[in-house]
Amino acid sequence: MNILDQISARQMKDSVPDFHVGDTVKIDVKVVEGKRERIQLFQGTVIQRKGGGIGETFTVRKISGGIGVERVFPLHSPNLAGIKVIRQGKVRRAKLFYLRDLKGKAARIKDKRDIRR
Amino acid sequence: MIGLIGRKIGMSQVFDEHGVLTPVSVIQAGPCPVVQVKTEAKDGYNAVQVAFDLVRPTRANLPRLGHFRKANLPPYRNLQEFRVENPDEFKMGQLIDVSIFKDSAKLDVSGRTKGKGFQGVMKRHGFGGGRKTHGSHSHRIPGSIGMAAYPGKVFKGTKLPGQTGYDIKHIKNLKIVEVDTENNLILVKGAVPGARNTVLRLTATHV
Repeated sequence: MNILDQISARQMKDSVPDFHVGDTVKIDVKVVEGKRERIQLFQGTVIQRKGGGIGETFTVRKISGGIGVERVFPLHSPNLAGIKVIRQGKVRRAKLFYLRDLKGKAARIKDKRDIRR
Repeated sequence: MIGLIGRKIGMSQVFDEHGVLTPVSVIQAGPCPVVQVKTEAKDGYNAVQVAFDLVRPTRANLPRLGHFRKANLPPYRNLQEFRVENPDEFKMGQLIDVSIFKDSAKLDVSGRTKGKGFQGVMKRHGFGGGRKTHGSHSHRIPGSIGMAAYPGKVFKGTKLPGQTGYDIKHIKNLKIVEVDTENNLILVKGAVPGARNTVLRLTATHV
């Protein structure tokens, strides 16, 4: 293994839950307020997974108070306390940017029927 | 202050204490043996010469072999000299490694940048260039480079096309993210000159 891989390997999480674009996920984000640290929830649809190695990120979109909110998380960030897959979606694209133009019923994603995974 | 010679390994990213992803350059430095100690009495100034990167003895020329034989060392490829105030603290053959940067917060790095060849003013100096359309023939030309019959010359230092890159650049105040004495690695925030395997001269930033 080359030196650069070793440096990123020691910071990467040992196990990352298996989730894909289109899945609905619940993210536990560590938030530091003054000295206190608490966990904030962010639940939404994964619309993008990008990059590889230590630099891999994913984008979660949700509708909050009628306004679309997107957050980009580094997959291996120590500020991510947990990733939980709520629903697996059936999608035919690697990036779901078309969801930005849709709202309400049209912006739904079909559930994956195959529950074997 | 004593420094080291190193080699650029490449760039990576590291999470800092706040969980922010920081871009880092990875440098493999030393251990560098002291080849020569120069003193005020003998050489007119105080300095320490260190070496980096072993070369096969059959590949080294005789002047190189002779220089290293004085210090009882095998020949190395790169030599650098660092001014020091106390040359008596150093002995020929003594190994200097990255632990000298343990207590430093910042690093200065010098090295040869990637060569870009002979380039025009737009790439070399960031000129705006001319109009691309509307019948313009001046797309990437520098424009006027001077006045008229007086001064009747182009001033020295005028920005013109020429060799770009492949010169020695000094990057100062790079934050040291990590010093790995086990693997002789230094991680600094930001970019350092050159491509992978470029040889770099490292000194702790003077505070």
